[in-house]
Amino acid sequence: MANQDRLELGPPQPADSGVMASQAVTGTARTGLLRTTNARATAALGSLLGQFRLALRTPAGRIGLPLVLLHLIIALAGPWLAPYAPTAFVGSQLEPPSWQFLMGTDQFGRDILSRVMSGAGSIIAVSVAGAALGIALGTLVGMASGYKGGRTDEVVMRVMDGLMSFPSLLMALLVLTSLGANAANIVLTIGVVFTAPVSRVMRSITLSLKTQEFVQSARMRGEPVPYIIFREILPNTLPVLAVEGSVRLSYAILLASSLGFLGLGVQPPSPDWGLMISESRRFIVVAPWVALAPAVAVATLIVGVNLLTDGIRQARTLPREGTQV
Amino acid sequence: MLRFLAVRLSLIALTLLVVSVLIFTITEVLPGDAAQQQLGQSVTPESLEALRAKYGLNRPAHVRYLDWIGGMVSGDLGDSYKYNKPVINVVRPRVFNSVVLAAFAFLVAVPTAVFSGVWAGVRRNSFGDQLVSIASLVGISLPEFVTGVLFIVIFASALRWLPSSSVMLPATNPLTRPSILVLPTLTLTGVLFAYIMRMTRANVIEEMQANYVRTAILKGLSMQRVIWRHVIPNAMLPTISVIAVNIGWMLGGLIIVENVFAYPGIGSLLLVSIQSRDVPILQALALLIAVTYALSNLLADLSYGLLNPRIRVS
Repeated sequence: MANQDRLELGPPQPADSGVMASQAVTGTARTGLLRTTNARATAALGSLLGQFRLALRTPAGRIGLPLVLLHLIIALAGPWLAPYAPTAFVGSQLEPPSWQFLMGTDQFGRDILSRVMSGAGSIIAVSVAGAALGIALGTLVGMASGYKGGRTDEVVMRVMDGLMSFPSLLMALLVLTSLGANAANIVLTIGVVFTAPVSRVMRSITLSLKTQEFVQSARMRGEPVPYIIFREILPNTLPVLAVEGSVRLSYAILLASSLGFLGLGVQPPSPDWGLMISESRRFIVVAPWVALAPAVAVATLIVGVNLLTDGIRQARTLPREGTQV
Repeated sequence: MLRFLAVRLSLIALTLLVVSVLIFTITEVLPGDAAQQQLGQSVTPESLEALRAKYGLNRPAHVRYLDWIGGMVSGDLGDSYKYNKPVINVVRPRVFNSVVLAAFAFLVAVPTAVFSGVWAGVRRNSFGDQLVSIASLVGISLPEFVTGVLFIVIFASALRWLPSSSVMLPATNPLTRPSILVLPTLTLTGVLFAYIMRMTRANVIEEMQANYVRTAILKGLSMQRVIWRHVIPNAMLPTISVIAVNIGWMLGGLIIVENVFAYPGIGSLLLVSIQSRDVPILQALALLIAVTYALSNLLADLSYGLLNPRIRVS
């Protein structure tokens, strides 16, 4: 287990990343690999949990992790925990916060707290799925392009540059308007927007890894290209991928909630934090509480994810085992 | 240097060509064209056809693309469907308003961010540094519409110091009533400040560990002098590039902030043009934003090369 704490940022050495068992991969024939597949999955999961445990050793992680967990619990259990149904008209219009309605009611007399709690699930699901799609596409494009090299790499990267020469919010707006706003299209849009930046990161790390001996020897053994990319190179990019993933997650939440604010999120009457804030704009002078709860919800979620990212990042530079910060 | 510039500019031209095709394609497939949007659902096919013919929507797509891009290059941006006047007349005052807002945000954000970045960087890990770092992390995390709305709640609803929206009378500009500029500027400043400050702080920390700084300290220079004469000039190089990159980033921020405050700039016009399917305006704005973005990235690279003798491009 101590090995897991040794993940370091920067060009990873195959001998160093014990978690990934890349020595086992290079050292044994493919039959040996099949037997260790299960163990590798467990090790990968363990390394993920290890990242969180590591992050808890930094102040940023100690604040970030509970915030993120709280949001996850509300996302999963929100509809049951919420005192009222999110779309039910339970009070009179624009009631200030009271014991009956802890966060007040909105312009239709719906309970704001219940709407915020029920809205957590959709924004988190959309952002996680969008970020995951972007990471998957970007990893595929970046690694393939970097591994292939030459003219192909040149062309692919120019296209990615082209995609990035456009503010991501504008691109998302255009793509989403032409596709039509619904949850699946928002996920698709976020995925497309994130492909270019992720592919750049993954390409550069692939470039630095493909000259290493363990890749050379796999090539000399005559392993097929997909095997080299996914079984030899990919495991060694996991530390970078973990940080990139959580950075992308926070951008995804930012993008999804901004799109909601601009009226291109989950369509009403389903609760959407961004849309709730944008609708509250009209009554904000007389009923500021309508904006407050969803604003705090978005803010704490993104701050939590960013703190956790910082924690994971800082934890890599910590001295190993037992040292407190 | 000239060759580098020529290569970069032709790359930008190529990129913009791709972007223009992209913009045109996306705006083409928008469901429901402007004719449909204007006349509503209950309309005879004949009058729909007539309006389409008036806008030239019945011509094949590639003809319209060439027509559009030709117009863009020669300065004829076409007519807006919604406002019934030339695009250039609709867009020009909006661009002015947005530039005013962006300029104010930069004027506030850059000096304060650079100062607090240096201040925090030389006091690494002190209480003050941690405070500034947490503030900047929160600044990066909060979406502009959240900070904007929070500012409205505090300064407009509770304290009643400032107007809650930046609506302007026609034919006036933001400078005639500066109070409407304050909250949008502050909101834009938030994220800008956070990025520039974090970058400056990181650079200062890196330079502080360099050998030449140790030499300067050991030969007995005062700490003030070491920081002002040695650390800051070197730490500023990457910071200046970050500032240039942020010009491009700010375009995205403008879309949100202008919609929060109903500020009449290009960001709010963009959303209106999307909602009303005002394709000529949408295309012109999207291309304008893409050009600005590309040029600000070029500026970032150039400033880096010009200011750092070690990587000056030959």
